[in-house]
Amino acid sequence: MRTNLFQATAIGALLAACTLAPLATAQVAQPAAAQQPAQGINANAVAAQYAALVHANYEDTLAAARTLQAAVQAFTAKPSVETLAEARKQWLAAREFYGQTEAFRFYGGPIDNDNGPEGRINAWPMDESFVDSVEGKPNAGLVNNRKFAITKKSLAAQNERGGEENIATGWHAIEFFLWGQDLSETGPGNRNFEDFVDGKGKNADRRRQYLNVVTELLIDDLASLVKAWAPDAKNNYRSKFVKGGQESVRKIFVGLGSLSRGELAGERLEVALNSQDQEDEHSCFSDNTHRDAVTNALGIRNVWLGEYKRADGSVVKGASLRDLVAAKDAQLADKTMQQIAASVAAAEAIQAPFDREIIGGKDAPGRQRIQKTIDSLTQQSKDLVAAANAVGITKLTLVQP
Amino acid sequence: MRAPQATRRPHYLWAAAASIGMLTLGGPVAAPQPDPLGEKTGGEATVFATGRNAFSFPAANLTDEERTRFVIGNSFFRRNWVEAPASTKARDGLGPHFIARSCGGCHVQDGRGEPPEIFNRLGETKDPTVALLIRLSIPGTDAHGGPKHEPVYGDQFNNAAVQGVKPEGRVTLRYDTIKGQFADGTPYALHKPVYGFADLGYGPMHPEVMVSPRIAPQIIGVGLLEAIAEEDILANAADQAKAPGPIKGVPNRVWDAPSGTMMLGRFGWKGNVATIAHQTGGAFQGDMGITSKHFPRETCTPTQKDCLAAPSGKSGADGVEIDDKTFNDVVFYQATLAPPARRTPKDPQVLRGQALFAQAQCATCHRPSYVTKAGPFPALTSQALNGQRIHPYTDMLLHDMGERLADGRPDFGASGRQWKTPPLWGTGLIKDVNGHTRLLHDGRARGVLEAILWHGGEAEEAKDQVLKMKKADRDALVKFVESL
Repeated sequence: MRTNLFQATAIGALLAACTLAPLATAQVAQPAAAQQPAQGINANAVAAQYAALVHANYEDTLAAARTLQAAVQAFTAKPSVETLAEARKQWLAAREFYGQTEAFRFYGGPIDNDNGPEGRINAWPMDESFVDSVEGKPNAGLVNNRKFAITKKSLAAQNERGGEENIATGWHAIEFFLWGQDLSETGPGNRNFEDFVDGKGKNADRRRQYLNVVTELLIDDLASLVKAWAPDAKNNYRSKFVKGGQESVRKIFVGLGSLSRGELAGERLEVALNSQDQEDEHSCFSDNTHRDAVTNALGIRNVWLGEYKRADGSVVKGASLRDLVAAKDAQLADKTMQQIAASVAAAEAIQAPFDREIIGGKDAPGRQRIQKTIDSLTQQSKDLVAAANAVGITKLTLVQP
Repeated sequence: MRAPQATRRPHYLWAAAASIGMLTLGGPVAAPQPDPLGEKTGGEATVFATGRNAFSFPAANLTDEERTRFVIGNSFFRRNWVEAPASTKARDGLGPHFIARSCGGCHVQDGRGEPPEIFNRLGETKDPTVALLIRLSIPGTDAHGGPKHEPVYGDQFNNAAVQGVKPEGRVTLRYDTIKGQFADGTPYALHKPVYGFADLGYGPMHPEVMVSPRIAPQIIGVGLLEAIAEEDILANAADQAKAPGPIKGVPNRVWDAPSGTMMLGRFGWKGNVATIAHQTGGAFQGDMGITSKHFPRETCTPTQKDCLAAPSGKSGADGVEIDDKTFNDVVFYQATLAPPARRTPKDPQVLRGQALFAQAQCATCHRPSYVTKAGPFPALTSQALNGQRIHPYTDMLLHDMGERLADGRPDFGASGRQWKTPPLWGTGLIKDVNGHTRLLHDGRARGVLEAILWHGGEAEEAKDQVLKMKKADRDALVKFVESL
């Protein structure tokens, strides 16, 4: 216990030093607080707080994406080293918020129900040549096919057509336009702004158009998520979710467990670790994969704690899964809390660029840092299953071994 | 501990059947877990999942190491293969001829493909057909008793090719309308696809060519289907042979390259493949042009000189384009894809539909339940799939489905009128995952009711019962199938 407490305190200090840590350190440093659960905690209270948190996180993401859109418009209006740098900066900034929202996936909610936009927003890995020219293939992609009309509708229709890597839309398509292929060992992609200048880059007009249209589509999709989770609406997803009781709590757990093990530990870390291939890196053009891991882990912690620090610094806080679990099994709630905090810390320790971090033999320090994160997330997924079971929820995507 | 025991009859229908005054044979049996409504379609492997990812979860009861193997297999399942030579050595070798660049190109989100949209009255499609595969053969058999390849185009039509190689051509598609009505006078219209070829790359096909369209099905639960005891499937055939009535399912026996033996056919629309490993090797070779240990040669025919001359992505000691370890991981990945749980098994309309399903004899071929034994290749699956009470709704047998569904193309023991009973689990989630409800071997049916109406041959009587149902009963029946 002492060791764990010490660890948690250290994590708190580490996070406080990080500009984007969305949580008050006190919450993490004092897991003992879980032993006095909030009075009157129940499933609907947790669902309501979750809904408020989800809405706040999507709202911040949308606002950040709008700032990105302004930067993209400025860049395409007047391409230059500076305007490109600003667009890249805003893409990175917006990703900090989006990454945390991935904790809201995997239960068929607004993000990934039958009409959900997840595939349009964040599909990866991307076959770049589906969209634009790549090294050795100057005429590849939709940009260079002048017969293809670039509209939101046509891009959405092309996305994932004929293969899951045929990604035409979303964060990673925008990322590819802003950075280009990552052909550098030490840094990210280094696309020349002249690709967007008439007379310099082939089909520059279409590249500018594509980037603007695909950004607009991202805004539309994010706006639809904000709407689905907006408070006080009569008939949106949230209005039903907050009355869903145990079923809503079940969904929350499915989201956390699936992101922990399958997506983050599995698809995003283990696959890359196994292949040692940059193509298996989530944000491979910008070399921002290390932050993807951290923001995903933070997103899980936010939900567990019912707490999210907004872009403006204010904190959304209320009834949490942790409280709900602690009311049944305080020790298990503590254990889960510590594991979730340990995962955030482990992810924070992964160094950029990720595509170098995965290279090497068994003892390579980078690989060990990634493996440590995987191990922590794996344990965390088991703790979450146990936590869900403790509050009477067994219909999950994982069973206790 | 109670010993797992196989059921040979759909005992679980008894509760529902009793509610409409029916009894089925047999009584309750000892089981791994009582689950009278079959909510956990894959036993302990079941995931409670809906939405776009519903078909993409690993079996809920895998070990940590197995989960790691699952995600690694998945990465190769969905990644695009590229033309050789390329900077990536792990994933080059696409083509020379191919249909899709990845497994996920047809099995989108591990789900089910749909027929292409039609562009104009000439039957041209908007995009090249991807998830709809066209098998080709001519009368006769190959060395193993399988279909004899069309001499110029091989055993399947490849409408894409790498640079410098001609594609085999385009598939065209138009629909004829078949009209009919239910006993209550409600009209219905089915649309029957008519296939053709255009822009043939290597001249005309053999005059006696036989053509069979096949859509890519959802992959969930294939490891569990592989683990059903052969004796259980053969018992289905024996039971049906003894019982009165037209339903007489038969097993297919097919060549399995990985084991080098003839085996009971379990996969493919005609039960024409025995194991996931064979299916995967065949698809890598036939659909993507990727060679592997048991499928070491590209499918170029002697006439296809450009195809034969194209560069290969062979590498490593194996001398094939996908190495054994990667291949095995892709097989393991598919074997351990979990069937999702039923969503609303206790809904009164669903229960009513379940009873009607049994009453109309649907459950004779779409046998609800088994207790699994073990898959054929322990290294390519998980022990977690063994001994599970599963609810796939198939007898794994071939049935004469009548002239309207017939493709007229034999495949090992399957005649041109026979199709294998497909499992029904996941049917209601295809819309969530793939955004459509197209069913049957080539996706011609637009939803469950149309799929039922296409049934003929041995299933003619069952279909007639559905035609006689009133609307509320038809709706309940559909609702039940969609609850699976």
